[in-house]
Amino acid sequence: MLGMNKNDTTMLLLVAVLTMLAPFILNPFPTESGWAQFNAGYPDLMQRFVIFGIFAIGFNILFGLTGYLSFGHAAFLGIGSYSAVWMFKLLSMNVIPAILLSVAMAGVFALVIGYISLRRSGIYFSILTLAFAQMSFNLAYSVLTPITNGETGLQLTLNDPRILGLSQTADGSIPVTSLFGLEMRSTFEMVLGPWAFQFNVGYYLSALVLLAAFYLSIRIFRSPFGLMLRAVKSNQQRMNYTGLNTRPYTLAAFVISGMYAGLAGGLLASMDPLAGAERMQWTASGEVVLMTILGGAGTLIGPVLGAGFIKYFENIFSKINENVLHGWFGALPDGLEDLLVTLVYPFVGKGWHMTLGILFVLVVVFLPGGLVEGGQRIAAWLRRKKAGKNTPTSTIEPAE
Amino acid sequence: MSNSKFTRRGMLKTGAIAGAGVALPTIFTASSVAAYTNEPTGGSVTLGFNVPQTGPYADEGADELRAYQLAVEHLNGEGDGGMMNTFSSKELQGNGILGKKVEFVTGDTQTKSDAARASAKSMIEKDGAVMISGGSSSGVAIAVQGLCQEAGVIFMAGLTHSNDTTGKDKKANGFRHFFNAYMSAAALAPVLKNLYGTDRNAYHLTADYTWGWTQEESIAAATEAMGWNTVNKVRTPLASTDFSSYIAPVLNSGADVLILNHYGGNMVNSLTNAVQFGLKDKMVNGKNFEIVVPLYSRLMAKGAGANVKGILGSTNWHWSLQDDATKAFVKSFGTKYGFPPSQAAHTVYCQTLLYADAAQRAGTFNPCGIGEALEGFEFDGLGNGKTLYRAGDHQCFKDVLVVKGKENPTSEFDLLEVVEVTPAGQVTYPIDHPMFAGGALGTCNAG
Repeated sequence: MLGMNKNDTTMLLLVAVLTMLAPFILNPFPTESGWAQFNAGYPDLMQRFVIFGIFAIGFNILFGLTGYLSFGHAAFLGIGSYSAVWMFKLLSMNVIPAILLSVAMAGVFALVIGYISLRRSGIYFSILTLAFAQMSFNLAYSVLTPITNGETGLQLTLNDPRILGLSQTADGSIPVTSLFGLEMRSTFEMVLGPWAFQFNVGYYLSALVLLAAFYLSIRIFRSPFGLMLRAVKSNQQRMNYTGLNTRPYTLAAFVISGMYAGLAGGLLASMDPLAGAERMQWTASGEVVLMTILGGAGTLIGPVLGAGFIKYFENIFSKINENVLHGWFGALPDGLEDLLVTLVYPFVGKGWHMTLGILFVLVVVFLPGGLVEGGQRIAAWLRRKKAGKNTPTSTIEPAE
Repeated sequence: MSNSKFTRRGMLKTGAIAGAGVALPTIFTASSVAAYTNEPTGGSVTLGFNVPQTGPYADEGADELRAYQLAVEHLNGEGDGGMMNTFSSKELQGNGILGKKVEFVTGDTQTKSDAARASAKSMIEKDGAVMISGGSSSGVAIAVQGLCQEAGVIFMAGLTHSNDTTGKDKKANGFRHFFNAYMSAAALAPVLKNLYGTDRNAYHLTADYTWGWTQEESIAAATEAMGWNTVNKVRTPLASTDFSSYIAPVLNSGADVLILNHYGGNMVNSLTNAVQFGLKDKMVNGKNFEIVVPLYSRLMAKGAGANVKGILGSTNWHWSLQDDATKAFVKSFGTKYGFPPSQAAHTVYCQTLLYADAAQRAGTFNPCGIGEALEGFEFDGLGNGKTLYRAGDHQCFKDVLVVKGKENPTSEFDLLEVVEVTPAGQVTYPIDHPMFAGGALGTCNAG
């Protein structure tokens, strides 16, 4: 279907089903139950899942295919956000021009940064991209304050021009971002017994963009161009010796992945029209590296999984405070309750970084292929268990 | 990988089932007729407390959280009632707000606008909070205030001292009890004049964001008006932890006063660096070198230890004040946590009580009703004396304390002494003052 093989089609359909039904899947617990704490099906977080999914998919095109580890991808995310917010300030609140400009601006910056950084490979490339990103961060943070509004972040105001739209609505508030009148923030809430599911316009727009981005990434992975990029990863020197100039290929991959990041930035700003400099900080760049590695670098679905995982921790685990813990363990005797709370507390709330860190270490040590490898191992184990009943002989792999 | 085949028939079948499945539940859909965002319908009401638990303002954030917890206890009628007993408005009964039990959720702003907005959004969208409070950084407070305006909930600003919060970035749904940079400058200037004279050269080190900028502007304007000369203004990144490279140039600049427009962990580090470089014992232009920290707090004084001795600054409130309200608050906070509250704790406690009282008086949680109840509200008995919530910009006007690091502290909490209480009249400014101009409240948004 659509020029993909059967496995890829299945995968795309799986992602489509998951994203479309996310409001149900992410809200498994009734709203009033104690477990509702772990529900992730509210618009803001679902939007973040898919938007950072797009960011990670784009990063994976560069890192997963060519092996070039960019440590400055957040710069493009930030550039995308700033472009989008400026579009909202100057042109109109429609998200389409904003997203288009974000992608274009990120592409231009990626071209410049990539052109310079790709003269080196390996660690030097990483350092160069990191330096550029940090430079962009510092520019956004203080030097370019008139354009970026520094640490506070660029925001909409009531006296922005918005030539194609309204500066302020009739009741004197800032207009909201929309797609030809369809407001991004409008949410339809479906109450079903004790459950409440939220369907948000902004989320579904982002999810559709994610599907498009995912499809494009599949096509890139399976194309001759993708093959060339994989060749760069396995042995760039050999390719150069055969007389091939790999630079245009890597540069193209860099620009594409930069544009993906810009798209994610533009979408972030479309959902919540604010662009802060910290989006460009090196920690944000590191985050996308973590997402990709955690999910499985070089796999199609891995980065999306990784992005979801990290965002879930950041938003759900960080909100478990001492009171919530006391609520959980309240039924136990006092001494035991306090002991358990003391033991668990460092790992939740503000300690969510630590839990994530431990998890990351475990994944890297035991599942170098990321969560995808974990899934594959479980699948293989299940298959072996099933097959074990009939044919206990193991297949012999031919040597390469 | 799965080996299932996608046939036309199969797809149609699944499609039909999925379609039916999606359509079915709409029968049960309650038509949402809520009059405003997150209208509490059950027996409880949820407030969202969004404070920095990590980053340079984490200490302040932790103290704010303690005060929020205490306020919620008092509202629900637990504990000794604290300042509810001294508050001039007697609407609150200790049975929650409007008879609904107060519950709360917390979040970590990480002192970043982006993270703060994500956290506030999850409180509004997931937990159904009708009011968001918090912020120990003006950048964050302004970002979250904007979000609350869009979402249609009330924002009760916590520790935010930038002029912009109720100046060019003011919002109809946002309210600030804390004082601001202009007030600090207006209160400090006369004291500085008395102590250090009119012929001084000031060097500013400023945290590089909205609060730092407006404080630098306010202090520079106030000191220049009394004849001081501003030698240099240097901006430092908020995330810095080592300021030695910024302190060294001060020594050769010819300045004789260093003004640290820093707060929280920043101030602790920059002041420590400055003292290590021997600035406090230096003589420049035949005068003693002085350091001023315009916005002071006990937590910072504690962090900086002996370095704060003799250093001047201003503060919104201090636990050693002797009025009944302060005593009541310090007592109930001290009983629960074992140490006196900081000004950050005080302001968020007041904000929570003020919100609850406004809801009680308005008889609704509707942000527009609460806004009306708070606008122009005059009250007393919350530790700052007579206070007015000005309708035009949602800023509280009250006395400002000028404090000094104690030379001989009697305990680990007794670090600051009040030098002067500047009356509210002296720090009041017109709404269209140039430092606050450029924004508009807009209209209240109920979602």
